[in-house]
Amino acid sequence: MSVVDPTAPLSDHPRRMNAGGLQVRGLRVETRAGVAVVDGVDLDVPAGTVLGLVGESGSGKTTVGTALLGGTRRGLRIAGGSVLLEGIDLTTLSEVELRGWRGSRVSYVPQDPTTALDPAMRVGKQVREVLDCHDYGSGPDARAQRVTEAFGEVGLPTDGEFALRYPHQLSGGQQQRVCIAIAFATWPALVVLDEPTTGLDVTTQSLVLDTVRKLTQQHGCAALYISHDLAVVSTISDEVAVLYAGSVVERAPTEQLVHRPRHPYTSRLVAAVPDLAGRRALTGIPGGAPSPGARPPGCRFEPRCTLAVDECARGLPPLVPVADDHLARCIRSADVSPAEVRDRDPEVGRAADPLLRVEGLSARYGKVSVLHGLSLDVPRGTCVALLGESGSGKTTLARTIAGLHRDAEGTLSLAGERLPFGSHERTRQTRAAIAYVFQNPYSSLNPRRTVGDSVGRPLRVLRGVRGAELDRRVGEMLDRVYLSSHYAQRYPDQLSGGERQRVAVARALISEPTLLVCDEITSALDVSVQANLVGLIEEFRHELDLTLLFVTHDIALVRNVAQQVAVLQAGAIVENAPTERLFTDPQHAYTRELLETTPNLVS
Amino acid sequence: MALGRLVGRRLAVGTVILFVVSLLVFGASLLLPGDAARAVLGRSASPDRLAVVRAQMHLDDPAPQRYLAWASDLVTGDLGNSTVSQEPVIELIAGRSGNSLLLMAIAALVATPLSLLLGSWSALRRDQLADHATALGTLVLASLPEFVVGIALIYVFATGLLQWFPPVVSTTMPVLEQPSVLVLPVATLVLAVAPYITRMMRATMLEVLDSDFVHQARLNGIPERSVLWRHAVPNAIGPVAQVIGLQLAYLAGGIVLVEFLFAYPGIGQGIVEAVNARDIPTLQALIMLIAAFYVLVNLLADVVGVLTNPRLRTGVA
Repeated sequence: MSVVDPTAPLSDHPRRMNAGGLQVRGLRVETRAGVAVVDGVDLDVPAGTVLGLVGESGSGKTTVGTALLGGTRRGLRIAGGSVLLEGIDLTTLSEVELRGWRGSRVSYVPQDPTTALDPAMRVGKQVREVLDCHDYGSGPDARAQRVTEAFGEVGLPTDGEFALRYPHQLSGGQQQRVCIAIAFATWPALVVLDEPTTGLDVTTQSLVLDTVRKLTQQHGCAALYISHDLAVVSTISDEVAVLYAGSVVERAPTEQLVHRPRHPYTSRLVAAVPDLAGRRALTGIPGGAPSPGARPPGCRFEPRCTLAVDECARGLPPLVPVADDHLARCIRSADVSPAEVRDRDPEVGRAADPLLRVEGLSARYGKVSVLHGLSLDVPRGTCVALLGESGSGKTTLARTIAGLHRDAEGTLSLAGERLPFGSHERTRQTRAAIAYVFQNPYSSLNPRRTVGDSVGRPLRVLRGVRGAELDRRVGEMLDRVYLSSHYAQRYPDQLSGGERQRVAVARALISEPTLLVCDEITSALDVSVQANLVGLIEEFRHELDLTLLFVTHDIALVRNVAQQVAVLQAGAIVENAPTERLFTDPQHAYTRELLETTPNLVS
Repeated sequence: MALGRLVGRRLAVGTVILFVVSLLVFGASLLLPGDAARAVLGRSASPDRLAVVRAQMHLDDPAPQRYLAWASDLVTGDLGNSTVSQEPVIELIAGRSGNSLLLMAIAALVATPLSLLLGSWSALRRDQLADHATALGTLVLASLPEFVVGIALIYVFATGLLQWFPPVVSTTMPVLEQPSVLVLPVATLVLAVAPYITRMMRATMLEVLDSDFVHQARLNGIPERSVLWRHAVPNAIGPVAQVIGLQLAYLAGGIVLVEFLFAYPGIGQGIVEAVNARDIPTLQALIMLIAAFYVLVNLLADVVGVLTNPRLRTGVA
């Protein structure tokens, strides 16, 4: 391994250096108070390969990612360990030396391209700026040429016009490809990709994943692909490391990790990922990951682990080899069973009379027409999924049904009775009969009201229940969503995302609706929490004979929750079929495309 | 294109605003105690003389008719004659507005860059001593009325401790021939408007410095100086331009007190004199002038806001 002067100008094609790859040893990042956020992180990424780093929110995956560029969030610092790239330990570099490395030898692709690009600067200029400040190539002409080349490499137009656009003039997928072009423009030795496809539609996501895979090989650089989505990671990574509560709990080649996990957390994580083939039942992980400072002294997964024995609580187990190229941090790794592949009985939708009937519905926002005369029946007691990408009109349809959007034409009827469009024109009974759970549990609960207040409100307003009776029923409802009744006194900010969404479900169900509209209710949640919530909704459907309209963009999730699927594209239903038939015999080209481009865990 | 439409629309709205202001100004001068004829002739005027002068000044005509006459003269640039000196109002206020514009222009040219720099500097030292000191200092200054600041400045720099600058303006020679008289009024105005702009710039810069694209620029190895000047500041200017516009418009009103305090021969002092002398035509003209200034400055702020925001400047492709 040769030592590179980080301040030396780069030659035109510095592929020469990329042989070494990345070695991370004992990385520790802590708060100013000395509380570890991540510790003892070891990673190896050979040049030309992709390591997937999987973890749920709060696991420290972004902290690890930015630490590889020698940076941290405000209030954190790199406290120990080494990050070795091209024979140089990044943790020993000065701020000035680090700046020379960032964007030139190590680059970073952010999660959200809509905010990561400077809104006031043309995109070509943003690529050029990075080349300029690292003195790329032999001069201005070489740099101008590299900008065009970089756009070409990520499949963006190479004509000068495109480079002159501002970020807001591009689609989300194009913006992310600009970010990737910036990251690869200087032929770096390591690229850190932090959830680069999370905000994108599946078809765009697959384009971006292809681009990343191709560039990593072409450039012979090492890539760290960070994501909460094991399915996405498994399609792009050669190897996967699983991060839990700030430490790596398992590391193995992708196939092996998914098929033969040796840490209980990995095994449960695999089981929580919706399977596109529908062969596995979706199961969540009870409880939540401990936050920094509140981590147990022993194995950090021990409190949630079904295999835990007394010894597990006695000290953090080391990360040890359990098979070839396979490391796990568990003393019972031999007893971990792979995620069960059991035959699910696909439930067939009953040929019941429709509870909700939508006929010739068109909706618009001002002059923009969003839904174009669509019709849909939702049979009583079933779950119908509305599947579509962003902009397909799925949320508008859900909102119109719930009475939240009035600028519409056509007919809606519930149990044979015609529904007016605005909720103010509906009777109290109809308003109580349709409940709605919103996408984002962080903004759908009033932060100034206690949980009990929020949950009890529909009952007070719609059913006129007051006093002790109200408190009793709120308590009961909270118990039923597996939050205990003492949650009634808490405020939303004291709750995790999963808990908040359960409060939202409790609020929706307390007035005993017949139709529950779920608008992307799991998209802000981790997979383990998503599986729990989906299980909960399923329970209610059986027990209360509830009818569900489940709005989502996630086709794999659809297979695990719905009996019937309506595929929405550009404001029209392009396919409407029982779930099993849709997955085994898709009719519309768009459905087939979705099925092909969606990453699946078990191949 | 988009900008041209915006300017056109704002100019149209501005015209409507000026029309409404003209109604208010005219209405208010009807309500003023005393009457113009008596103001011209003095207390001892005989009823006959008063009646004659009233007729000359059309004071007995119905109000709408008088408004129309006044407004149409105004539009054609005829501001009438002063009821005190009988000179054309336009001659009276031309020199004064020049003086006031000079004062405001210098104050704006000093206050704007000063507060932008101070605000950015403070934001970069977030939660450090310098930042807290700036926050406290600007808060104190923002809560002091201009006349207090002005009197304090006069006491410190003119009459009391140090005698560096003259406390009042000599009326015998043009302002430009005695530039030292400008220092204290300019300082007072700067201290009146700079704190708000500084605080706004600090808040906006904090937000921008914490945004993803600034983090990303740092992760791309862009030198800190470029991060600041090419990414952070251009994105902060837009929102701050609105506040600068409001503050400059405020200068046009704030100048009345300051000019009075320093006996500075500008439109502010002109207003005070016109009110005292019941010189209605002069007063009306000065107020219309200030209103027009407000409209223009706000338009300018909107234009800067649009120019610094590509989202507003260009359409969505």
